[in-house]
Amino acid sequence: MPTAVSIRSVHKHFGELHALNDISLDVPQGSFFGLLGPNGAGKSTLINIMSGLMKADAGTVSVMGHDVAGAYRQARHALGVVPQELVYDPFFTVREVLRLQSGYFGHGPENQPWIDELIETLSLADKADANLHDLSGGMKRRVLIAQALVHKPDVVVLDEPTAGVDVELRQALWQFTRRLHADGRTIVLTTHYLEEAEALCEEIAILNRGQVVAQESKTALLARCPYRTLRLTLAQSDYRLPESLQALVTEAKGNRLSLRLHKTDHHIGDALKALQTAGIEVTDLRTEESGLEEVFLDLTADLPAKTTRS
Amino acid sequence: MNAASLRGVYTLFAKEVWRFMKVFVQTILTPVVTALLYLLVFGQALEGNIEVYEGVAYSAFLIPGLMMMSIIQNAFANSSSSLIQSKMMGNLVFVLLSPISSLGFFIAFTAAAVVRGVLVALAVYLVAILFVDLPLEAGWAVLVFAVLGSATLGVLGLIAGVWAEKFDQLAGFQNFFILPLSFLSGVFYSIHSLPGIWQTVSQFNPFFYLIDGFRYGFFGQSDADPMLSLSVTLVFLLGLSAVALLMLYKGYKIRE
Repeated sequence: MPTAVSIRSVHKHFGELHALNDISLDVPQGSFFGLLGPNGAGKSTLINIMSGLMKADAGTVSVMGHDVAGAYRQARHALGVVPQELVYDPFFTVREVLRLQSGYFGHGPENQPWIDELIETLSLADKADANLHDLSGGMKRRVLIAQALVHKPDVVVLDEPTAGVDVELRQALWQFTRRLHADGRTIVLTTHYLEEAEALCEEIAILNRGQVVAQESKTALLARCPYRTLRLTLAQSDYRLPESLQALVTEAKGNRLSLRLHKTDHHIGDALKALQTAGIEVTDLRTEESGLEEVFLDLTADLPAKTTRS
Repeated sequence: MNAASLRGVYTLFAKEVWRFMKVFVQTILTPVVTALLYLLVFGQALEGNIEVYEGVAYSAFLIPGLMMMSIIQNAFANSSSSLIQSKMMGNLVFVLLSPISSLGFFIAFTAAAVVRGVLVALAVYLVAILFVDLPLEAGWAVLVFAVLGSATLGVLGLIAGVWAEKFDQLAGFQNFFILPLSFLSGVFYSIHSLPGIWQTVSQFNPFFYLIDGFRYGFFGQSDADPMLSLSVTLVFLLGLSAVALLMLYKGYKIRE
């Protein structure tokens, strides 16, 4: 598959800190790509280098085949970045900033229909002539997305777009980014919310301490953890587990019991049979597949995990 | 630069002009009122007591100096305050993410500073000539020094805006560098009226040549040869432009 973003042997130092240490990554064209990692892993530094906001000490980055340093004009035309911070220009209205941003990329009045469409699609029509200073955080976030898309980039980078937004807006943003992806754009998403990456991304790279510790499809990444959890509610609180199950217990509180089962070595039916043989009656059960969080924590285990679930 | 690049630069220039026009009371009206207050106070106090050039009333002598002082302060403020605000608010990122080159960035900010400098000077002129007779001996010099003065201070403002990390540092640059140099450049006096050592010191102040060349345009007489003033101004502008372009090209403090 052709590459949308190619990162080769990138290094970046901040004083003593080796923030990016020989990073090489390929983001396939048309993919929904997740860039994950704990705080300080180097995600934002990498995004900044990709978008030309920062210069790498060594290595190369290209966007749609254009080197971000040597062919920066073409590379920036191909890239739309939604910054993490809620930044805005307090002098202008929503419509004005979109026209200005469009103009920076060399577009004139011919781009007005697209600006109008962005305003409609992102539910900004009511606030199109309002000063940015007067908008709520959620509306400002929508404007940032519109600004990133105003020049119709092939690759859209969303740097933690749902950090601190309410559930309704988060759902709207998820829906919108899925639509962008369906339209053929490559999406690069950095997020702290692993559920978000699990729900949206097809391909995931995990950074830790400035290094890539994994880059795989989501399916392959999830398959790294071959366990599932069996959560049981028992009829009694006082029981004696059979020996075959004791090593599998991850939680036992009152009449609630959780067992960690290997997907191929342990069968749910065998576990239930063992409980029945021991005279333990099960009143309810459910299973949970291993999530990205477990894989993430495993891959970044050398650091205290600061990542949270949404 | 192709058409798209030119449109990008023009948009940034237009945005910078639009920005200061949105707050024109602060950016145009206030400096005009300040300059006219100087004219009123110093003109009234010293009129008749001082004759700097033969046959030129002190109020008339004062006006070009006040116009150039307004250019110096406002052209500097335009690029420096826009940049520091954009840096502090974080919205400079929108320009940095665009394909506008370092040269385009430089041209847009400098041109916007020229527009503001010239507008403020023009407004001071139009109001002042209602009250004072002011000759215009060499219009080319007025125009050239107004544009070059605005450009020079616009570039200096760009350098200061890129360098400063907080408003405090920029205020220091403005109050301890721009303001003294502009006041001590001959706005209110001819350097020939200064003691010998201070005449020599003044000749190392580049703002002196801006004011002196500009004043030549009105009265046809000046402290220094207008060609010397033009040369010094051009060298100063080119030197500052080289520094500013190098800072932008290297991404100093904005792409680090």
